[in-house]
Amino acid sequence: MFTMDNFIVAQSLEEAYTLNQRRSNVVLGGILWLKMGRKKIGTGIDLSALGLNTIEESEGSFSIGCMCTLREVELHQGLNDSFQNLFKRAIENIVGVQFRNVATVGGSVFSRFGFSDVLTAFLATDSYVELYKGGKVAMSDFVEMPRDNDILVKIVVQKDLRNTSYRSFRISSGDLPILTCAVSNSEHECGVVIGARPTKAKLLRFQPVTNATPEYLDKIIASIREEFVFGTNMRAGNEYRKHLAEVLARRNFEEIISGGKAHAY
Amino acid sequence: MLIRLWINGREFNDEISPDTMLIDYLRDKGFMGAKRGCDTSNCGLCTVLVEGRPILSCSCLAVRAYGLHITTIEGLQEEAEEFGGFLADEGGDQCGYCSPGFVVSVIAMKRELTDPTEEKVKKYLEGNLCRCTGYQAQMRAIKRYLGI
Repeated sequence: MFTMDNFIVAQSLEEAYTLNQRRSNVVLGGILWLKMGRKKIGTGIDLSALGLNTIEESEGSFSIGCMCTLREVELHQGLNDSFQNLFKRAIENIVGVQFRNVATVGGSVFSRFGFSDVLTAFLATDSYVELYKGGKVAMSDFVEMPRDNDILVKIVVQKDLRNTSYRSFRISSGDLPILTCAVSNSEHECGVVIGARPTKAKLLRFQPVTNATPEYLDKIIASIREEFVFGTNMRAGNEYRKHLAEVLARRNFEEIISGGKAHAY
Repeated sequence: MLIRLWINGREFNDEISPDTMLIDYLRDKGFMGAKRGCDTSNCGLCTVLVEGRPILSCSCLAVRAYGLHITTIEGLQEEAEEFGGFLADEGGDQCGYCSPGFVVSVIAMKRELTDPTEEKVKKYLEGNLCRCTGYQAQMRAIKRYLGI
């Protein structure tokens, strides 16, 4: 458990950013992961008063404030309707409702956890993060950036006509995933995201799979095996993860190609 | 730090350390229904309602509850007794340590789910672990309670 000397509810992003430049200070998300460590925090910076706990839908995008809870993202009708329940399917297996009512989307994305279902889902969309100083950064670039003292203000997900599908594999429901897999397909490209490898999620892009031949799908599956790096930890071995990645990706492709009908796995 | 909040409708004003967790504050105030279980945000024993939503009080800073309304199982007596009756009838209450958190979650679920089904109930209550019952008796109690 961490210790914390001070707690400040920031009145502006500038104040939060300035406070966050001190190494001992921390921006507080849901604190669920932070709580597992023993960090000595000088000042905990709370962003709750900055109105960043809403999901705004416009004609072309969704803007998700960093202080939105995972539960709010999971239940958002517009997001789920636009992406075939991608976010619901990614988030609903994270521990329990009480946990998801506390965990924030900003904390999950900014931390870029290796086991993150949330990151896997966002990478399957055309999305970017908005950092207070760093500005707009595409999600696929943000995942690769080292952690710094900037502040993730919001996540913007562009509405487009892509189809998505999501699957994860866990030892037991609610546990951390052994592997996460999201597939998206639009008229311009197809994206395969594999997370919990056990390192953080990564996106690979391919030609669209609409009307794809079985041979083309086999080629993508072979690329997954070759181009993603899988590792071993206490939950699963490298070979097992490779096999799971192929299976989950194939099932996601089948679901997308069948227009959501191949659901019964 | 000064904290001002409402627990089961009663106002509290106190000076607390910034790193006090809500569960510790509640138990200090005599609301012993919220239990400390895993302390890793997994078991749901410490579940309380904040503005009507179930949260893990072991993983929420008390200072973040400033100005908010907290409901513990002590504040849900009538509903808890009603469901507790079904739980007892079905043998769903064994050692009983997980029961307060579980009952709070079931009450929150009943308020939130408009069309509860067995599948939705299981999904909603995934965050409440019980190491005695195997969940079958609890499931029977919930079905009778919700009339499904």
